[in-house]
Amino acid sequence: MMEWVWIAAVSLAAGISASMGLGGGFVLLVYLTAIAGVPQLEAQWMNLIFFLPIGGLALWMHLKNRLVEKRVLLPAILCGLLGAALGCWLAGFLEGALLSKIFAGFLAAVGVKEVLQLGGKKENSGAKPPNGNEEPKP
Amino acid sequence: MKKEWKQSRWFYGLLGAAAGFLNGLFGAGGGVAVVPLLEWSGLESKKAHATSIAVILPLCLFSAVFYLRGIEAPWQEALWYLPLGIAGAVIGAKLLKKVDNRLLRRIFGGVILASAVRLWLR
Repeated sequence: MMEWVWIAAVSLAAGISASMGLGGGFVLLVYLTAIAGVPQLEAQWMNLIFFLPIGGLALWMHLKNRLVEKRVLLPAILCGLLGAALGCWLAGFLEGALLSKIFAGFLAAVGVKEVLQLGGKKENSGAKPPNGNEEPKP
Repeated sequence: MKKEWKQSRWFYGLLGAAAGFLNGLFGAGGGVAVVPLLEWSGLESKKAHATSIAVILPLCLFSAVFYLRGIEAPWQEALWYLPLGIAGAVIGAKLLKKVDNRLLRRIFGGVILASAVRLWLR
């Protein structure tokens, strides 16, 4: 019973934070690894799957509002696939414990960036105008 | 000259590769690289966020399929999180129009920082 309450609360918080661009898309992943004890790679896979429908929904809205800069897509996605293959291979190659430590380091950097609100433009941090959109960050 | 480089296909390729690498390695975090880089290249904030999703979504799909070579995928557990996750995304989109998210960003950042410490010490 308690587990379901956790799952409900975490999935809701992860969905809200993803669409608001908070926490860098790490909320679910952090819960799965740091609290639920799911092995690192399985948790990462679940986080990827979690983002697909949410990102798809957001992308659909952004395309409708013509916010996607199309000239970026082809080179970024083509090179991104190479980067992803390398990242996935490295994730599988590293042992779970080591990957978990590297992940913790990366997470700490993201946490500091979010707390101090480094990077990004000022306009991004205030309340949005009425046509504001979802901004998930996986 | 510098401005041209930031708006060239090479630059977009580089930021895509960084996003793909982070997403593949950690299953998250591509946006952390792409959004500031796109903003730096001159895109306005909203466009940078929207474009980052368009870049990252296919990379997530690719990585998720790639992972299946090495793990037994917990499909059922993953599906438990989806319905309320999607509901949360819709709520978040509505909240975004109404609230100042600076405080929320700090709170989520703090949670993530605490989690990083916990993971490191585990």
